[in-house]
Amino acid sequence: MAPIQLLINNSPHEVEVAPDTPLLWVLRDKLNMTGTKYGCGMGLCGACTVHLDGQAVRSCQTAVSSVGSKKITTIEGLSTDNSHPLQKAWIAEQVPQCGYCQPGQLMSAAALLAKTPRPSDQQIDSAMGGNLCRCGMYQRIRRAIHRAAGEGA
Amino acid sequence: MATVISRRKFMVRSTVAGAGLLVGLRFSGPMLLSQESEKAKKKSPVNPFDAYIHVKPDGKISLIVAKSEMGQGIKTGLAMILAEEADVDFNAVSVEQAETRPDIYEHMGTGGSGSTMENFMPLRRAGATVRELMITAAAQKWNVPKTECDAKKGLVRHTKSSRQTRYGELVEAASKLPLPDPDKVPLKNESEFELIGHATPRVDIPSKVNGSAGFGLDVRVPDMLFAVVARCPTFGGKPAHFEASKAKAAPGVRDVFEIPALGKDMYTAGGIVVVADSTWAAMKGRDALQIEWDRGPAASESSASLRESLRAAASRPGKRIRNDGNVDEALPSSAKRVEAVYEFPHLAHATMEPMNITVHARDNEAEVWAPTQSPDWVQRTVAKLLDLPPQKVIVHTTLLGGGFGRRYMADYPAEATQIAKVVGKPVQLVWSREDDMTHDFYRPAACHRMRGAVNQAGHPLLWSHTITSTSIGAFWGAPDKLEESEVGGAKQMPYAIPNVRLEYAAVPSSVPPLWWRSVEHSFNGFAVECFIDELAAGAGKDPVEFRRGLLVKPANWKPKDEDDPDPSRLRGVLDIAAEKAGWGKPLPKGKGRGIASYHSFGSYIAEAAEVTVSGKDFKIDRIVAAIDCGQVVNPESVRAQAESAIIYGLSAALKNEITIKDGAVEQSNFDGYDPIRIDEAPPIEVHLLKSKEDPGGMGEPALPPAAPAVANAIFAASGKRLRRLPFQLKT
Ligand code: FES
Ligand code: FES
Repeated sequence: MAPIQLLINNSPHEVEVAPDTPLLWVLRDKLNMTGTKYGCGMGLCGACTVHLDGQAVRSCQTAVSSVGSKKITTIEGLSTDNSHPLQKAWIAEQVPQCGYCQPGQLMSAAALLAKTPRPSDQQIDSAMGGNLCRCGMYQRIRRAIHRAAGEGA
Repeated sequence: MATVISRRKFMVRSTVAGAGLLVGLRFSGPMLLSQESEKAKKKSPVNPFDAYIHVKPDGKISLIVAKSEMGQGIKTGLAMILAEEADVDFNAVSVEQAETRPDIYEHMGTGGSGSTMENFMPLRRAGATVRELMITAAAQKWNVPKTECDAKKGLVRHTKSSRQTRYGELVEAASKLPLPDPDKVPLKNESEFELIGHATPRVDIPSKVNGSAGFGLDVRVPDMLFAVVARCPTFGGKPAHFEASKAKAAPGVRDVFEIPALGKDMYTAGGIVVVADSTWAAMKGRDALQIEWDRGPAASESSASLRESLRAAASRPGKRIRNDGNVDEALPSSAKRVEAVYEFPHLAHATMEPMNITVHARDNEAEVWAPTQSPDWVQRTVAKLLDLPPQKVIVHTTLLGGGFGRRYMADYPAEATQIAKVVGKPVQLVWSREDDMTHDFYRPAACHRMRGAVNQAGHPLLWSHTITSTSIGAFWGAPDKLEESEVGGAKQMPYAIPNVRLEYAAVPSSVPPLWWRSVEHSFNGFAVECFIDELAAGAGKDPVEFRRGLLVKPANWKPKDEDDPDPSRLRGVLDIAAEKAGWGKPLPKGKGRGIASYHSFGSYIAEAAEVTVSGKDFKIDRIVAAIDCGQVVNPESVRAQAESAIIYGLSAALKNEITIKDGAVEQSNFDGYDPIRIDEAPPIEVHLLKSKEDPGGMGEPALPPAAPAVANAIFAASGKRLRRLPFQLKT
């Protein structure tokens, strides 16, 4: 097991794990960054969404060895003080219920807005369709994305 | 009821209390029925209180209560009620998760939509008691009559001299005063409410948008290990033989061993445990196990055969639950008969956070971090398995990534304790999504047979309803009460029909059943509200008018039992849902509106659905909900709960079913059991009715009307009746 270098939320980290370990479990179990959630382990729910160089990826489907020098951003990197426009919008629209899916929802939404600052409902559907919310807070998620877009995320 | 208790008495038993005034309070009212709670009720509690209010010298107030936060916003709602009547700023009140100390707190479960229902009046009285004590203490300090003093925003003022003092400064004196009669303390008038009924941002939300919120799976303690269990795919099966050498050699794996299934009160599957230094290593280790299963006595069960048994049972007489008039009376030859059979599959809870728990068994004590709806049951379970007195088991309740009834069970705590006993270090038991879906406790499968008739004038003559299901009661071993968990809402069928009969028959199944969001109302709401729609169609009447005509409240009306709905409140929500949905306004071809109104958990909810049907496809264009849940504490939470329950119900109506083949669940992840996603979620409009009635529950009651409203709308749009869930629209 050779050490693997990772750049997470702008901080360098070094981990020693089997190269096929999904990034999800490296974050959660090796680095104790538990904001990124496990929901299905099969790329079906989006709870584990993080960014690699700004692209939303499912960390449960991303072998840590495949990350290379790409910059990893997790929910903890969106902002810890809730200052990101999406976090503000999420609070304003009172989006989370149990809250478990929300880190993944926010990371998918952040990737969407970075590319498409004013998304249509259809664009929201296709960017967010991979993120399940068992509490069913979808219309709040939609409203919050529109709100953040309006305020220039 | 509220009572000032001796601080010393409390402090010797609790670490939470510091200086200040402590008020213990007791909640009464409905709670989730289970074998456990029945037992707990029989034992007289060591301490009579459910919660404590701690007013501190800095004027801050803590409410210490064992209610689990699973998204319902309970910590916010309870703080609002207390702050309102104590007359302090909302921000001055915090709700603290109580320690799991049944010797201090009597009643610790969270379920049955009860968190607000149970606590509303007791908490108002307790808050008012605090305010009253402060006023009395200030009046004594200033030596003035109480009537000249007034309290507002944490300050007591002497109106004549405009002297004022903060609650914090009065705490010491107040704690020595006798307690006013809690039933007589002056409560605010609803018109004076500044918090109750006003949308208040939830206190748990900020931590849920930055990853800092701590769920069960997020528990990290020094030296911890991770464990997964390979369980037999069939219920009641066990390992016949296993080969662990490859698993043991897998990187990171620390140990592999077998645990037995635990029977009565524990309900675990047993299996082969893999302990490793990360979740992933444990999962990979489990993949490397070679296990031959003894598939056990239920290996031949299938949903197909179960369906046949349910259908057969539904066509035989069952146990009679309700019998008004005589449904067997000969019908006039002109009567129009209507018959329908409704079928419901097993359903999984599929909480977003799979089951998990962290247990550290030490010498003579244990510590547990549990995402649970019933911390006291967790405590008893762990204590029993470790042979410890319950007070030696510290249970920390974490946030819950969804509950829906599933997290009431103590199976995963029992399993983790078996493992922790062997491991000797803190160990987090992780259920993969596959484990969670294939070893859930499921919403029972059911079949309902309905028979009715209307006369020529369109008046209904009879209503006969036979329910068969894989009873939850059977699981708890209550053979004489199999219907109790299955007939609610059908028994209270609210429409004025002269001849009504309800019968019930349980059908055995090896699939473990459990309360699933709204419990039996999830199918009874569908059967009642679809069949009344079928009768309306048979009578050639408008579904809203037909219902209205049958929701009559006699002058001397009294509820027959605590679940008996008030017909006028039901009509109230029906009218508003119809009006807001534009009922009666013409729609283009292919579109239709449907409605359902239903009472459960003390709340009245009508939902109108608008759908578009094209060929084999249909789309829900919108859902309009009208809600009378009594007095509303936090309207924002009520709306969110309604949206949530509707989507949960529609996921089941549109897409989800658990099927059994060769004794095992066929669906294992969100590919086979895919809840509604954002692109399928209809817009939901929620209208709250003003009400002075006591609060009803809101975690569940918006679920039952959702599916029948949609089925009725599909009928209106296409003439097709969908009688089997999940819906399949065949052309
Ligand atoms: S955990 Fe990665 S998509 Fe579900
Ligand atoms: S908020 Fe609970 S799963 Fe989305």
